[in-house]
Amino acid sequence: MPAVSFQQVAKTYPGASSALRALDGVSFDIEAGEFFGLLGPNGAGKTTLISILAGLVRASAGRVTVHGHDVVADYAQARRSLGIVPQELVFDPFFSVRETLRIQSGYFGVRNNDAWIDELLHSLGLADKASANMRQLSGGMKRRVLVAQALVHRPPVIVLDEPTAGVDVELRQTLWQFIARLNRAGHTVLLTTHYLEEAEALCGRIAMLKQGRVVALDRTAALLAGTASTMLSFKTDDVLPASLAANARVTGRIVQLKAHDATEVEVLLAALREHRVRVEDLEIGRADLEDVFLEIMQGTSEIFA
Amino acid sequence: MSRVTLEGAGTLFRKEILRFWKVAFQTVAAPVLTAVLYLLIFGHVLEDRVEVFPGVGYTAFLIPGLVMMSVLQNAFANSSSSLIQSKITGNLVFLLVTPLSHWAWYAAYVGACIVRGLAVGTGVFLVTVWFAPLSLAQPWWSIVFVALGAAMLGSLGLIAGLWAEKFDQMAAFQNFIIMPMTFLSGVFYSVRSLPPFWYEVSHLNPFFYMIDGFRRGFFGASDVSPWLSLAVVGTSFVAVAAITLRLLASGYKLRA
Repeated sequence: MPAVSFQQVAKTYPGASSALRALDGVSFDIEAGEFFGLLGPNGAGKTTLISILAGLVRASAGRVTVHGHDVVADYAQARRSLGIVPQELVFDPFFSVRETLRIQSGYFGVRNNDAWIDELLHSLGLADKASANMRQLSGGMKRRVLVAQALVHRPPVIVLDEPTAGVDVELRQTLWQFIARLNRAGHTVLLTTHYLEEAEALCGRIAMLKQGRVVALDRTAALLAGTASTMLSFKTDDVLPASLAANARVTGRIVQLKAHDATEVEVLLAALREHRVRVEDLEIGRADLEDVFLEIMQGTSEIFA
Repeated sequence: MSRVTLEGAGTLFRKEILRFWKVAFQTVAAPVLTAVLYLLIFGHVLEDRVEVFPGVGYTAFLIPGLVMMSVLQNAFANSSSSLIQSKITGNLVFLLVTPLSHWAWYAAYVGACIVRGLAVGTGVFLVTVWFAPLSLAQPWWSIVFVALGAAMLGSLGLIAGLWAEKFDQMAAFQNFIIMPMTFLSGVFYSVRSLPPFWYEVSHLNPFFYMIDGFRRGFFGASDVSPWLSLAVVGTSFVAVAAITLRLLASGYKLRA
């Protein structure tokens, strides 16, 4: 039985002039114990999909289950199995960190949970903030409390909706070490992030959404192998010839060109020489998830396992 | 109801009480002071001019009305302010992702409203009781009506909190519906002193029956039979509770 199953999930938001179709028949399963990445540009439908999973939004069609429990018909069991870290940095200003965690634990019917709450506070670097009011915490600290709130009832499935957006490197490291530990202990993790290097490093399998549809679904390694595996990078002040510019990714002075093998690299270098493009800091590297992501989002190709 | 569900509802109930208790100066002390000011001003002006029931002075008549008015307004304020604040700041998500049923939401929110209403009402009573001789002739009526009134206003507060998307919408609900119905319910006067038209109109206001029934407990006398008041208030409460539960179950303005 999959930990999470999305079956033909659709969501249409009614609008004043026209309806917005946020999700259009999304189907995939996440197996128990997986570290799964959900990627896509802004507006692709990631947060809508997670919100349907959490019961915050109701699907227009389709079905979602958590460990076999339907998120609508059997919502209580489904929600007990889920820990959601929301994208927005929200908090209740009336309470301290420890009160916040005790309250969240109580909502799930878990009493006398201070031992686990202490472990969460320690693991997330919040031990010295336990008595602080939520209002007194920095943004990064509030983010840690959000993670602790999601985990306080020990859910088998953890959902993180862009948990590292706008947080410093130290917190990212702390957070990922902790989440990876939970994953090794058997927790299923569903992650959405804009930091593709995080997804590449952490996720065993990835789904990519584009305009409400799944356009890629495969193991991370297979996605990387399935695209142009070599990347030619250099800096230049010159204008690229049209033949190269069409397939180049240009960021300021930095130019990246895709190649499938060494022969193609030679062809690209010959073209640069021929058009007298002066290059600096030439590098040949492997393509990363960002390249795969851009290839899929910019093109019409779809990749499925 | 399972132990887990009871614990969840109990946690929300305690959290709602803790929420207002942490700012008790604003949520309990301030309404007590307001009620005392009403008593001082109206009692001073009208004490020698009005005798509503035989042998009952105006100040004594006013005290139960002020107690009940404070209970009703604060019961409404508790659920409505909690819900609108949680919606606008976004922290309602912590409750929305829990397994709590709409019954649990309702019991916890309305239970906390009753506690706040009783806390403020007790405060008003303890401060104002020294201004006039009072006795509890038929106390059970007071207990029944204060509990039903607080529960009904707590439910109305939930409806307002669910409906309102902005603080000014909430203020409109409070100022244009709750406030007029409370003030025109006979807190400051007996409806028998009103012109015939307004006398009849007052009988359409369920708040009138709450106040009148509550006073019955003090004086053993009321404008209408306490059984009629009980029927009207009881029916109104059941209707409002049913609407509130329906809205909560459907996720009205909670789940997109």
